[in-house]
Amino acid sequence: MAVRDYIRDRFFPHMWCPGCGHGIVLNNMLRAIETLELSKNDIVMVSGIGCSSRISGYVDFHTLHTIHGRALAFATGVKMSRPELTLIVPMGDGDALAIGGNHFIHAARRNIDMTAIIMNNRIYGMTGGQYSPLSGYGARASTAPYMNIDQDFDVVQLSKAAGATFVARSTTYHVQQMTDIIRQAISHKGFSVVEILSQCPTYFGRQNKLGTAVDMMTRYKDTTTPIGSKAKKQNPDLIERGIFVQKEMPEYCTEYEKVIERAGGGA
Amino acid sequence: MERSRLVFSGSGGQGVITAAIILAEAAVVYENLIAVQSQSYGPEARGGATRSDIIISDTEINFPKVTQPNILVCLTQESYTKYSPIVRPGGMLITDTRYVKTYKRVAARQKELPIYYSVMEKIGKPIVLNICTLGAVIALTGLVSPESIMKVIEKRMPPNFLNMNRDALYLGLNIGEDAK
Amino acid sequence: MSENIKFIQGNEACVEAALYGGLDFYAGYPITPSTEIAEHMAVRLPQIGGKFIQMEDEIASIAAIIGASLTGHKVMTATSGPGFSLMQEGLGYAVMAEIPCVIVNVQRGGPSTGLPTNVGQGDVMQAQWGSHGDYSIVAITASNNQDVFNMTVHAFNIAETYRTPVILLFDEVIGHMRERVDIPEKGEINLVERLKTQIKTGVDFHPYLPREDGRLPMSDFGGVHRYNVTGLAHDMWGFPTNDPQIVHGLLRHLVDKINNNVQEITRYKEYCMDDAELVLVSYGSTARSALHVVNNRRKRGERLGLLELQTLWPFPYSLVKEKCAKASYIGVVELNMGQVVQLVRNAVDKPERVFLINRIDGVFISPTDIRNTLRVIQGKGM
Ligand SMILES: Cc1ncc(C[n+]2csc(CCOP(=O)(O)OP(=O)(O)O)c2C)c(N)n1
Ligand code: SF4
Repeated sequence: MAVRDYIRDRFFPHMWCPGCGHGIVLNNMLRAIETLELSKNDIVMVSGIGCSSRISGYVDFHTLHTIHGRALAFATGVKMSRPELTLIVPMGDGDALAIGGNHFIHAARRNIDMTAIIMNNRIYGMTGGQYSPLSGYGARASTAPYMNIDQDFDVVQLSKAAGATFVARSTTYHVQQMTDIIRQAISHKGFSVVEILSQCPTYFGRQNKLGTAVDMMTRYKDTTTPIGSKAKKQNPDLIERGIFVQKEMPEYCTEYEKVIERAGGGA
Repeated sequence: MERSRLVFSGSGGQGVITAAIILAEAAVVYENLIAVQSQSYGPEARGGATRSDIIISDTEINFPKVTQPNILVCLTQESYTKYSPIVRPGGMLITDTRYVKTYKRVAARQKELPIYYSVMEKIGKPIVLNICTLGAVIALTGLVSPESIMKVIEKRMPPNFLNMNRDALYLGLNIGEDAK
Repeated sequence: MSENIKFIQGNEACVEAALYGGLDFYAGYPITPSTEIAEHMAVRLPQIGGKFIQMEDEIASIAAIIGASLTGHKVMTATSGPGFSLMQEGLGYAVMAEIPCVIVNVQRGGPSTGLPTNVGQGDVMQAQWGSHGDYSIVAITASNNQDVFNMTVHAFNIAETYRTPVILLFDEVIGHMRERVDIPEKGEINLVERLKTQIKTGVDFHPYLPREDGRLPMSDFGGVHRYNVTGLAHDMWGFPTNDPQIVHGLLRHLVDKINNNVQEITRYKEYCMDDAELVLVSYGSTARSALHVVNNRRKRGERLGLLELQTLWPFPYSLVKEKCAKASYIGVVELNMGQVVQLVRNAVDKPERVFLINRIDGVFISPTDIRNTLRVIQGKGM
């Protein structure tokens, strides 16, 4: 099936600003799904609120656009009640880790089979450029007009510690890697986290004087490096890309079948 | 029948609430009577004094709480001190001789029964104190038959505890008969 | 004796009724005095191949049941005051996205953490007005465990019929009290199943285009129709829109589907109402104390009656008006500072004849409490 077939033409044009990274994520996520040859009827995309979360409206799957921060909890209900469906949950960094932080760590801890895609633009785009838990120390935002003094999360470390069994990172510059990682994340049985550094030229870019969308993407090229590369050893400030965790662990819905068996409720 | 209002009181691990539920369930399910049971929750019910209210009747029961029990069971000194003033004049106050030293007169028939000592002597397991107490209560009041109580116990308790509970129930019945 | 006679708590009756009504998915977070619902669900659901999950909080719980409802399951969550407050955003979402689901609130004393183990009825207004924006909700209650059973089944039926969240507004006394419940045989109570669309694969399906009768056939997630569900104002495809005409139509639909069906939704009971001069209006556990007073006074020849409301929202204004038309006094018995009493005042012709008979201290109102207030109302002094 061509990527176009995964799109709801009727609902275009999309709402993102020119140069926004979220469209690149949409494009490459669909390419990943295409290679997996999944039926559209078997995919449920659940999202919260934010520019990133609007992604669910544009795709021709079962789509559930929910409330801010709670997408993973809605997705848990869908998955538990119909474990055979494939769940993909795209989220903004604020959506996933500020208001939704609690649901995030608990979904990871349960190792419930779904793919969380965190589109990390280090800012609240939808509400106009306030700092997020991923803005980082020293950044500027409309609510940090002098400087941001909040330390940021490391999504990879956080996901690992919370129990995610697939953890990876890529950027909107590294589209082939992104597609490959999302494909593997969706195939993985368990809770998968994919962090994608995605530019918001409109707010984060402007407020932090990072230039155009192209400048921001070029910066992703210059400031990231594959996991364990020589460059990382020479320059520890580089951000690593690739798959950090990929392991087999009991999956929640499969485990629940054991509960049903013990209770004598098997068919 | 006369409407019976009971309060079972004691401390956390004594099983007074279980005894109350068994009594009320026996009345409803096996004697076709009407009963409601409720219990105190909360800080009060954590370790300290526990209380369960039961009303048994052959007509509809609306207000489900007991304000003046005509049968009051106290299995600790604390519950005796707290609840003995509310017993209905002419009612019955049942206490256990090991746990409660009675020190005041109430306008009720006082039954000080050696439940704990008998259980320890005949059965040796304090865990069945509540069922033994229940036996004494039904012997003294005739509210429901021992068979109905046993049917509930069979339904609610693990099979390997059945004999012990039956022994406790009949031991209690004897204690109650003796005290009539 | 029949296996169908049970001696159980109101909370357990609610669980048995939910299962009878077809529930097979539950998500919740423990909170007194509703916890027994979660505990019984955890035992019972896997026995029938259903799913139980304890979520990380109440926000997640309501979110999970909404997700599960969309796959075609009958779903429920249960909580009490603090958890009900946390659920409000999700509740509004279920209203907007028209998701059938049942939310139990076993009320305790508030505000805030309040009185976790004591009874209260302070959430009546919150049940209708707790989430933001304009909407109509269904809230149902009961005063004994058999009615808890019946009203729970009714709640599932309403949820499916109108594609709406339904709130079961019980209280601590009812939740914890044990009494007899007769579990009906299968088929004894009519069950409303989800209305599924007949539209075939490949034909454009409009998930948010109501039929002429106002009902909205659904298609399960995972089925042949792929559509969008959102809490944003949306068009007939479920796609976000700001078009004033569409938004207006949507809001009217959401409110009208409830408010135009007050009669079908309303359940109530009446006792000695025919010639009652003094009418007590009550609901939930307090209706028991009120009935106790009515029965005793009737024996002495006094003309008291009780109107027990089982449906609190949409509030049955015309029913209350009609039933109270001939009363000289109306006493509303409730455990709050006056919530339903306001609605009754709005309903009747002479609001100055409506009095509040209440307690707000976590203690269950007794017949004596009611009698004391009645003396004042009737000008007999304390
Ligand atoms: C409960 C609640 N609080 C606040 C908001 C407002 N809000 C909408 S989106 C958003 C943040 C979006 O940031 P992020 O999740 O990082 O996504 P982005 O827009 O940057 O893609 C906020 C605070 C809301 N919708 N709901
Ligand atoms: S505000 Fe930022 S995140 Fe939102 S669409 Fe524009 S560029 Fe993208």
